[in-house]
Amino acid sequence: MPMPGRRSPLALVAALLPFAALAFAPLYLAPYHLLLAGRFLSLGILAMGIVMVWGQAGVLPLGQGVLFGLGGYAIAMHCKLAALAPDELPDFMQWNGVEAMPWWWKPFASPGVALAAAVVVPSLLALVLAWLVFRRRMTSVYIALITQALALAFATLLISRQSTTGGFNGLTNFDTLFGMPLADDRARLWLHLATVGLAALAYLFARAIGATQAGRLVTAVRDGENRVRFLGYSPAPYKILVFVVAGAFAGIAGALHTLHMGLISPAMVGVVPSIEMVVWVAVGGRTSLYGALIGTVVVNLAKDRISSDWPAAWPYLMGLVYIIVVLAMPRGLSGVVERLAARLRWRSERAAEVASHG
Amino acid sequence: MAEPLLALHDVHVTFDGFRALDGISLEIFPRSARVIIGPNGAGKSTLLDTVIGRTRATRGRVVFRGQDITRMPEHRIVRAGICRKFQTPGVLEHLTVDDNLAIAVRRNKRWWAHFRTGLDRAERARVDEVLGEIGMTAQRDRLAAELAHGEKQWLEIGMVLASDAELILLDEPTSGMTPAETDRTAVLIRRLAVRHTVVVIDHDMAFVEKLAAPVTVLHMGRVLKHGDIHALRDDPDVIAIYLGRARRDDAAG
Repeated sequence: MPMPGRRSPLALVAALLPFAALAFAPLYLAPYHLLLAGRFLSLGILAMGIVMVWGQAGVLPLGQGVLFGLGGYAIAMHCKLAALAPDELPDFMQWNGVEAMPWWWKPFASPGVALAAAVVVPSLLALVLAWLVFRRRMTSVYIALITQALALAFATLLISRQSTTGGFNGLTNFDTLFGMPLADDRARLWLHLATVGLAALAYLFARAIGATQAGRLVTAVRDGENRVRFLGYSPAPYKILVFVVAGAFAGIAGALHTLHMGLISPAMVGVVPSIEMVVWVAVGGRTSLYGALIGTVVVNLAKDRISSDWPAAWPYLMGLVYIIVVLAMPRGLSGVVERLAARLRWRSERAAEVASHG
Repeated sequence: MAEPLLALHDVHVTFDGFRALDGISLEIFPRSARVIIGPNGAGKSTLLDTVIGRTRATRGRVVFRGQDITRMPEHRIVRAGICRKFQTPGVLEHLTVDDNLAIAVRRNKRWWAHFRTGLDRAERARVDEVLGEIGMTAQRDRLAAELAHGEKQWLEIGMVLASDAELILLDEPTSGMTPAETDRTAVLIRRLAVRHTVVVIDHDMAFVEKLAAPVTVLHMGRVLKHGDIHALRDDPDVIAIYLGRARRDDAAG
């Protein structure tokens, strides 16, 4: 909903304040909570991508875990290689009897290549996939199924190629980043600041795209694809655009999250995590960037609490939450807040009216 | 004689064996208006759909400005200079009136040209002008979803105007309008036909008379008659198809 004043500079400053507050979190959060904040904020970047694809373009993506995983594995491969002596192989390759470094591992020895790959590879995959499905005018249901199948295939591939991917356990046991020990306070601080900075940049970027005519056209295509076509526009590029941006966001999120956790594994990229990502956004409100950030934090905080005491219950609880949200608050928490705000505004207007007539 | 702007050559459209258009040939000349009438199911909307590429001719050719557009992608047909107003108002509900017109007014419709927030000065001026023409300047910041049915009709007519297309196709532009609004639409269409070419589908005979344009009568996917509305009103074949086939069947039987 466009509201007056939403595009004013003051609104922009207000929107950036929470990011600024988070930048100073190392001063007031305990290490464990700081880690959670960094992790959830990384995931929030991915969630903002889902807002663009699902909320703004109306296409439900059920395979964002793949794009997240590509970013995560790219950076994890670099971390594994960075810790090695010359001619040494990563630990899990040795256990699996691999004798020579696979060719596709080698470029990741360079930090620049790994960082670029974490963004470029998922974006490219999103580009190719979106180009194929939208050129053929596939509907949202088929796209949901295709992306879901992709998540299943990707997780299966990672597990089956244990000798070069780390298999079920994924990639872990890495402890340096660009020459700094990862457990070191200084490295933690830089990682936290990088996460906050990238999240703020992603937010600004998504917001800026939404304000351009291309952003309006994304909404226009969602509401009336044929209408847009009969006004002389090809609808596919706008959907491809949001898919690619969401792919880049997912890759960045995957890279950051892997560094915070010190781990990436198939359990974070398959079907269930891909659905979980959609649930974060559904809870927060799929048309609101901020809603998605808040939904990500709320759901993951709950998960952190519940699954440590009662791990088996989490998937059921998540399913229940999703059903409740879809039935009772289709626009999520942000929709509830907007409704409350509208009611308050209406009341104060009524009061003013009564006062002026009385 | 001038070249026709739009020409249909023996166009057939078949849906699962049903012949919606059964060999239509039609020429429409620049800067004129043409009205197409006919009972329900005569193929009027299908005819416009075939021009704009929403349905494709199973046989025959559609030629616009000498270019064969029979198989061209829809958005390219529109970019070539044809704009269509649909029967049910097709406005973009979650955008404001102003944004709806802004999308219609852009001249460059390739995707990379849209990473700006505003319109250029000429486009902005045109949007303001159209808002005045359709009488919606006061509603420019409202969401299209909040408009009444008649207002949506006007907004869509405004989008067609803003597109400045050479050939304008209007499918029942007055449905859901009050008599006063209908009169206003007739005046608008007559004015449009000075610089543009307009094809109008309608049932409302009083409205068609006000347009003062040549009329083509369609019946069962074929062109039945061409002519002046007053002559057609008294034509026994036209009367027969409008009053129902039963009567003629009785006469024949």
